[in-house]
Amino acid sequence: MPSLKDLKNRIASVKATQKITKAMQMVAAAKLRRAQEAAEAARPYSQRMASVMANIAQAVGGGDDAPAIMTGTGKDDTHLVIVATAERGLCGGFNSAIARHARDHIRQLLAAGKTVKIMCVGKKGYDILRREFASLIIERITFREVKRMSFAEAELVAGKVFALYDAGEFDVCTLFYSEFQSVISQVPTKQQIIPVKAPEIEQGAESGAVAAYEYEPDASAILADLAPRSVKVQIFRALLENVAGEMGAKMSAMDNATRNAGEMIDKLSLSYNRQRQAQITKELIEIISGAEAL
Amino acid sequence: MANSFTFELVSPEQLLVSREITSVVIPGSEGDMTVMADHAPTMATIRPGIVTLAGADGQEDRYVVFGGFADILPDACTVLAESAIHVDAIDAEMIKAQIASAEKAVVEAQHDVQQQKAREFLDQLTTLQGAILPA
Repeated sequence: MPSLKDLKNRIASVKATQKITKAMQMVAAAKLRRAQEAAEAARPYSQRMASVMANIAQAVGGGDDAPAIMTGTGKDDTHLVIVATAERGLCGGFNSAIARHARDHIRQLLAAGKTVKIMCVGKKGYDILRREFASLIIERITFREVKRMSFAEAELVAGKVFALYDAGEFDVCTLFYSEFQSVISQVPTKQQIIPVKAPEIEQGAESGAVAAYEYEPDASAILADLAPRSVKVQIFRALLENVAGEMGAKMSAMDNATRNAGEMIDKLSLSYNRQRQAQITKELIEIISGAEAL
Repeated sequence: MANSFTFELVSPEQLLVSREITSVVIPGSEGDMTVMADHAPTMATIRPGIVTLAGADGQEDRYVVFGGFADILPDACTVLAESAIHVDAIDAEMIKAQIASAEKAVVEAQHDVQQQKAREFLDQLTTLQGAILPA
């Protein structure tokens, strides 16, 4: 049975923890709003990019004119897996959910006899994956110093991917990140980024307009220019989604922590009060029985 | 009076411009071109340069863009720029940094096609620097 003093100390320490988690929750909420705004601001670009890609890919067709990055190497032997996670923990199951998703995929590939190379974006993913696949990790990028995710970060990642691709280091590249659906739900997602898959053109009225386009310089040259950009945009989008998801996850994790701390304080206060009451009663009994003995 | 059309300038980070204008000059990779309403549907890549928009009131607005492409329709024109910034906000240091990284890319290019591309990009940047920063 802890003494009164012990209980008092514990209540004080849980209260201090609750203050911290509460503050972290509010910081995460503010950051989440900013991250959501950034993700929304980036949306028009990626949407237009997708529709232009769809148009132009249809015009060029899957023929020999398509750039190397779209046709792929024709092989399926070496896979590059990019795992994008957060830089910091304390955000519930956010990082481990992405890592688990990626791990399942990597195990499958390894079981199928493929060569796997891993690129870790974000510190936490590296921490989790290096336990099992330390020898497969060829590159790790951290954005710890980055305050605001900008396109430059996506270009950095994309630049490394293209350099590896040009050097013939891999055939297929898959990106793992977490799609932000709402504050309480982030879905780990897998997306193949190389070879580039042209988005499907929307069925219907558009088909007539496609043929009428003029291209300057020409369709395949534009597509060659466009495909790497599209990869960059996809990476950028993934990074933004991740930031928003991380903040959402952190917010709900910290909300839970705050609530748990509150419950704990209630319980501790209850037993503190009970014990205090018991002690008072005991002292009274001693006084009264002492008086009666006289 | 010239007809107006919708012009949008989009960079990966945000939508910079979205409004009705009467004409826009786009720095296409094969030369500058002016787009007005009812232009034939065209898709063009752009080089680093200046996009000049002219509104119905004759007011001009200029943006510096670094590569990207333009999607032109009879009633709309969308420029998707890798990065874009208003001329007034441009910073000499920023262009210098870009030129420095382009120079590095030329040196580090692994094969001819890459090197040629990098060199072209560097040339375009230097031209741009000359155009907006009268030294």
